[in-house]
Amino acid sequence: MQLADRLDIDWDPGNISRVPYRIYTDAALYARELERIFYHGHWCYVGLAAEIPNPGDFKRSAIGERQVIMVRDRHGKINVVENRCAHRGVQFCQATHGNAKTLVCPYHQWSYDLTGKLIGVPFRNGFKQNGRVNGGMPDGFELADNNLVQLQVAVEHGVVFASFDPGIVPLREYMGPAIGQYFDRIFKDRELTVLGYSRQRIPGNWKLMQENIKDPYHPGLLHTWFVQFGLWRADQQSTMVVDERGRHAVMVGKKNDGGGGAAAEATTSFKESMKLHDDRVLDVVVEPWWNGPTVTMVTIFPSVVIQQQVNSLSTRHIIPRGVDTFDFVWTHFGFTDDTPEMTRRRLRQANLFGPAGYVSADDGEVIEFSQRGYAQDDAHATVCEMDGTGFGGTDHNVTETLIRSMYAYYRDVMDV
Amino acid sequence: MLAMGVSLDARIAIEDLYATYVALLDARDYDPWIELFVEDCVYQVKARENEERGFPLAALAFESKGMLRDRIFGITNTLFHEPYYQRHLVTNFRIRVDERAGYRVDANYLVCRTKAGELTEVYNTGRFRDRVVELDGAFFFAEKRAIYDSELIPNSLIYPI
Repeated sequence: MQLADRLDIDWDPGNISRVPYRIYTDAALYARELERIFYHGHWCYVGLAAEIPNPGDFKRSAIGERQVIMVRDRHGKINVVENRCAHRGVQFCQATHGNAKTLVCPYHQWSYDLTGKLIGVPFRNGFKQNGRVNGGMPDGFELADNNLVQLQVAVEHGVVFASFDPGIVPLREYMGPAIGQYFDRIFKDRELTVLGYSRQRIPGNWKLMQENIKDPYHPGLLHTWFVQFGLWRADQQSTMVVDERGRHAVMVGKKNDGGGGAAAEATTSFKESMKLHDDRVLDVVVEPWWNGPTVTMVTIFPSVVIQQQVNSLSTRHIIPRGVDTFDFVWTHFGFTDDTPEMTRRRLRQANLFGPAGYVSADDGEVIEFSQRGYAQDDAHATVCEMDGTGFGGTDHNVTETLIRSMYAYYRDVMDV
Repeated sequence: MLAMGVSLDARIAIEDLYATYVALLDARDYDPWIELFVEDCVYQVKARENEERGFPLAALAFESKGMLRDRIFGITNTLFHEPYYQRHLVTNFRIRVDERAGYRVDANYLVCRTKAGELTEVYNTGRFRDRVVELDGAFFFAEKRAIYDSELIPNSLIYPI
């Protein structure tokens, strides 16, 4: 390691249960995260195939701080290219979504096919006038040397991942079998239908959202609605699953009847008298594919959360925006064979989630307050020791083991 | 004098309904705020993107006064958040007679947010696309849909718009 690369993070070797605040505030470390995590060696979420059903359909997305375009070509194949013209670097695509026959940079009309291959350069061979040829590209200029950056793409059961890294391992191998099983549970052999988007900007470090969905300890405490209605609480049957490298996880749970009891009464969030005036928001109907669990919260490191909480389904895309901010984009979906009643149910339950949701609005809030705590004196470390100091999966939810698992992996990949 | 079939009296009464709505919301006086709606009201805060692309998802989507009461309980008793003042400005009313019942009312809105010890910021802006009905001489919201331009919600949306 070069001296300039050395990062001033004070962290006992091997420790994963005391996380230094500096990893949430240090700009140099963040730059390294973009390189080593978002741009190399990892698959990142870009969208759903159902968002671009027809040839020529495209959607603008992002990996880390780099804008990409997910586009379906005329053969139906999904490609992901960087939104940056090879000519003069223009972020040429300014539409969030649409349909195109070719990708054209308006500045000098360099055009690319839907795989990102450069197919046209105006006046490439010069412009003939008065018996001479003006301009033209020099000898040796080849279209093939000037394609858009074409990313590796993996479409798994309609979910689109991409990577800037040509040496990336196959997606299934990246995900691992333990996580893949829960991924399949939601997506395999299903046609998705997009119900809509929610977008929020959260003033906190992006890792805090990964932590939040690898933290089964908090939902039964912070979120009254989860305790009250049995959607997530300490006395429910649950399993914490982690891949063998510690980076991805699933929090699996099975709803109970909620109400009082030791798991609720110890918490200040439990409200004895709380009763809904209109309980259609929690009109839960068991779907055959659940096979037991009523909630699976999948985190695929670093860029996405996949949510099934009763009948509400979403992907949540983490897009870092500097060391202390990230954008969080929710894509709520259902299945094409849903009845209108099921669609309405998914939409009603969506009131629990997103930037205004009964159980998600305050996740964003606590992440903001955490970031402020780190920023005001970053010489400290978090105490991430519920259920010990080690890592791996477990069979209950009073634990911070999934967060520690992620930091075991993080320290390895980041050399920190 | 009628503009698109709307009497001056009705226009005044509708604008007065909005003034009451805003005054109650900005004062966090929620119980009387709920009483400005009919029983099976529609209340939505929805991204313009979803509205224009035909996606049904809304950040908040309620279908009764009961759900509004639950939301008020939720924000006053359950949701942990940093409190803030809201200041609504509602303008550019466009009032037409609705073919179903009552009046179709569109109006631009802007909500500023002020947190304790912080500068005031523009929080959310968009257009109300509402339906107002008259019952026994009084006016109520049958539908209130805040379609917001603001692409990104600045972290969270707690209080009603």
